[in-house]
Amino acid sequence: MSKFTKKRGKASPAISTASLPDIIFMLLFFFMVVTVMRSSDRMVDVIVPTASELTKLEKKSLVNQIYIGKPKEQFRDIYGSAPRIQLNDKISDEDDIPIFLEKHKIKVPENQRTKITTSLRVDGEVTMGIVQDVKTALRKANQLKVNYSARPNAK
Amino acid sequence: MLNRKKNNRVSNEVNAGSMADIAFLLLIFFLVTTTIDIDKGITVKLPPWSNEEVDPTKLNKRNVFSVLVNADDQLLVRGELTEIGQLRERAKEFIVNPTKREDLAEKPTKAIISLKNDRGTSYGTYIQVYNELKAAYNELWTEKLRTKSGYTKESVFNDDLPIAIRREIRSEIPFVLSEAEPTNFGEE
Repeated sequence: MSKFTKKRGKASPAISTASLPDIIFMLLFFFMVVTVMRSSDRMVDVIVPTASELTKLEKKSLVNQIYIGKPKEQFRDIYGSAPRIQLNDKISDEDDIPIFLEKHKIKVPENQRTKITTSLRVDGEVTMGIVQDVKTALRKANQLKVNYSARPNAK
Repeated sequence: MLNRKKNNRVSNEVNAGSMADIAFLLLIFFLVTTTIDIDKGITVKLPPWSNEEVDPTKLNKRNVFSVLVNADDQLLVRGELTEIGQLRERAKEFIVNPTKREDLAEKPTKAIISLKNDRGTSYGTYIQVYNELKAAYNELWTEKLRTKSGYTKESVFNDDLPIAIRREIRSEIPFVLSEAEPTNFGEE
């Protein structure tokens, strides 16, 4: 039985912290890679509506975003207070959508171009008129995969 | 020549003890600035653009579930004023038609949901209505799936579900939603 008796009284050695920097660096790199610095400033106010039947958009590189909402306070002098469309970082019209889509498309490898999704981030207060114009423009540009961005319902 | 520096003094190893602190600092910076914003939403497939309008008179009236949303965000479902809360149940009843009523869809494959709104309808209401219609189909798909053996607890949102099963369910209850051009009322 003496085989199993533990050796008591022997102080355990201090845990080596030499690998701590490595672990921290690993975490650091993870967050550096994951972090997406927002490239474009939002010029319109968008609070997306809530919904329950949501699907997640997987590949960021295959998604382009169109924002629709009222211009922010500081841009009201220039753009007025009626809802406007924002593509990339400037206020645009629906006529600019085909060029916007084409610019995004050339960055995507050819075999994945059919999977491109347009994420419509539209403020809940906006009327359907402008949304309909955007939808028509998308249909004419043959960009048919669309995702109406929404927040999950609070439970 | 006297004050020539002692070049041969070998510099010792740099103390790496503070490395962890520096790394921590950077880590905390990135932790704070990172916003993992998950993009979620209702995915739809728009119909291809064509100048020809679909003639609704060709469709059998009993197979069409018409939903009209006006500029005051009121709902007219098959000619009746309805609350959004009732829409899901009514859509489900229409699609499945459990009591074989004459005025509801002949069978799920023939059911068509027609959605029409004004240009003045608020986007929030439109999404709510769309969400309810989609929810009706999602619930029906889940019910259908549960009737099949071996899938008593699964939901249609499970990504591990075999594609064949998924296709089968979608072919039995296809999601057909046609959106008409909106009318020009109430635009700001």
